[in-house]
Amino acid sequence: MRLPTFAHRLRATIALAALLLPFADAHAGKTLEQIRQRAQLVCGVSTGVIGFSSTDSQGNWSGLDVDVCRAIAAAVLGNAGKIKYVPLTSQQRFTALQSGDVDVLLNNATWTLTRDASLGLHFTTVTYYDGQGFLVPKRLKISSARQLKNAEICVQSGTTTEKNLNDYFRMQGIKIKPVVFEKLETALKAFFSGRCQAYTTDASALAFIRSKEAPKPDDYAVLPELISKEPLGPVVRRGDDEWFAIVKWVVFALIEAEEYGITQANLEQMKASTDPVVQRLLGSAEDSGKPLGLDREWAARALKTAGNYGEIFERNVGDGSPRKLPRGLNAQWNKGGLMYAPPIR
Amino acid sequence: MTQTAATREWLRRNLFSDAWSGLTTLLLLGGVLYWLPGLIEWTLVKAVFRPDAAACGAIEHAGACWGVVAEKYRFILFGRYPHAEQWRPLLATVLLLLVIVVSGLRLLNRSGLFAAWVLALPAFFLLMGGGLLGLTPVGSDQWGGFPLTLLLATLGMLLAFPLAVLVALGRYQSDLPLLRILCTFYVELVRGVPLISVLFLASFLFPIILPPGISIDVLLRVQAGIVLFAAAYLSETLRGGLQAVSAGQHDAASALGLSRWQAMRWIILPQAIRAVIPSIVNSAVSVFKDTSLVTVVSLYELTGALSLALAGDAEWRSYYLEGYLFIGLIYWIGCYSMSRFGADLERRLAAGVR
Repeated sequence: MRLPTFAHRLRATIALAALLLPFADAHAGKTLEQIRQRAQLVCGVSTGVIGFSSTDSQGNWSGLDVDVCRAIAAAVLGNAGKIKYVPLTSQQRFTALQSGDVDVLLNNATWTLTRDASLGLHFTTVTYYDGQGFLVPKRLKISSARQLKNAEICVQSGTTTEKNLNDYFRMQGIKIKPVVFEKLETALKAFFSGRCQAYTTDASALAFIRSKEAPKPDDYAVLPELISKEPLGPVVRRGDDEWFAIVKWVVFALIEAEEYGITQANLEQMKASTDPVVQRLLGSAEDSGKPLGLDREWAARALKTAGNYGEIFERNVGDGSPRKLPRGLNAQWNKGGLMYAPPIR
Repeated sequence: MTQTAATREWLRRNLFSDAWSGLTTLLLLGGVLYWLPGLIEWTLVKAVFRPDAAACGAIEHAGACWGVVAEKYRFILFGRYPHAEQWRPLLATVLLLLVIVVSGLRLLNRSGLFAAWVLALPAFFLLMGGGLLGLTPVGSDQWGGFPLTLLLATLGMLLAFPLAVLVALGRYQSDLPLLRILCTFYVELVRGVPLISVLFLASFLFPIILPPGISIDVLLRVQAGIVLFAAAYLSETLRGGLQAVSAGQHDAASALGLSRWQAMRWIILPQAIRAVIPSIVNSAVSVFKDTSLVTVVSLYELTGALSLALAGDAEWRSYYLEGYLFIGLIYWIGCYSMSRFGADLERRLAAGVR
């Protein structure tokens, strides 16, 4: 009953599972039906990424991903309370989605070709544009990632982060030594105790790690380079196009609502708006829910529950949160960002 | 005077019998004196016991922040179980622990014990699962923390033992080759894969293989995995015990006119089990700690609940050490009790050979 090298065996098992999965019969076209039958949406979330999905001492979930989950539940079930959150590690997450344990995965997963095309799942759209950066101690007097020659760099395994790190430095022709950890807290502990000269992860986390976890925040600096594109968003199982469309368009509705100034607070007044775009979105003139198999109030309920995309951002990762991240790439398209919802009509 | 002399004699004989022994004693004593003050300072003197993140931050890890346990103990002990309903897992755990302790201390006779278990296990499931007597239903995937650890370990051992006896007998019998091959196949198959794969297969791949619409409770699947796994190991332990019983015992039993099964039940098996009690306790301790692996299938038992409780909370995330020490203490109490029970059992059963 002894179990050495936990991580290796787990990875081997998952590799085996991944081989078998494409042959599995996805429960086609039935996700919405199943959700309605059990009157509960099951969201796969992270085991704790602050600002995206995390629990408090009472076990209540919050975060950007959690709010998107609440919005989806409100749109399809009309009751945001009926949600089950399943915390999943980065190694379990895709298997859990594929096996039907969760309806939608909101787990900070980066959208990549391989994941989208070969894991039996579909990335719907992007809810957060992230990129990978570096945190270094100031005493090393490093101002660019290119100066990390022969450096040991702490990184978490099982993520795209590890691969990006190797790719970037190979391309730059710089030799580095990645020091790989399975868990975030061990990686951080190692970095802050001086095991590595740099720590790398998504930039959204770096500023926060520096201010909250560093023994002395002023001794550390975030380097300017972003070495990768990390588009994060909800993922669904393949074989259910209707459910795929619903998840995608709930996110678009949140983004569109921000563009047209519909907030949680002014939702009721906006229902009387004469703007045809707002009328369509809120169902006051046209029934935009019908093509999705939902009722006409779908988007209004989602907005009432979670607020528009901008509100969700501010509350969880923006100025209203401990992370205090700038909107950056996640601003609306007409404000220099990438958030662009196709027309809801 | 004689007291001091006796003490001195004891010291001399046990701690300073020769130069090496004396040196070792001094080194160890020096080590204790060197480390102990720092340890006491960290665990007690400079420690923060209040659930006050600011106070914990102020001491900068110079002392333990037990406040993390004060703040998160409910999450650590009961995992994702709904907060308002946590009296139920508490009661269920106390009930099950009580029955276990009563069994271990032999406070009841055989029929009393049987009745206690028959009542306690359904009561445990009723309290945890609800759905009856006005209790809100709570799905088994929401069960977590210590009750889950306790349940998996208790049922794991309770069900694995009879299965292991059957398998051990199956391999031990030489006149039923098919049965022997089957038992050998089972043991080698299960023992040849890590528990973590068994759990992963049981939890994630099983539902894909099953026809859609049919689903088996995840806890049941995982529990079955643990039982099958523990039984494979335990059966080999027991087979070793069976082989240790001398052939003369078989002959003596048949000379007394006992049938083969009677001989097995009353003569061979009791001696075989007695011979391997330390190994059985070993298995029990292993099963207890191996339950921590169910985290890989999203059941958050004690260790899983701890990481879940701390990973998502920036204020408390840096106090993992204190959290792990807390659950380490729980595991240690459990394992130490088991080994005391094993020692007691050995003493009692050895009555015949003294």
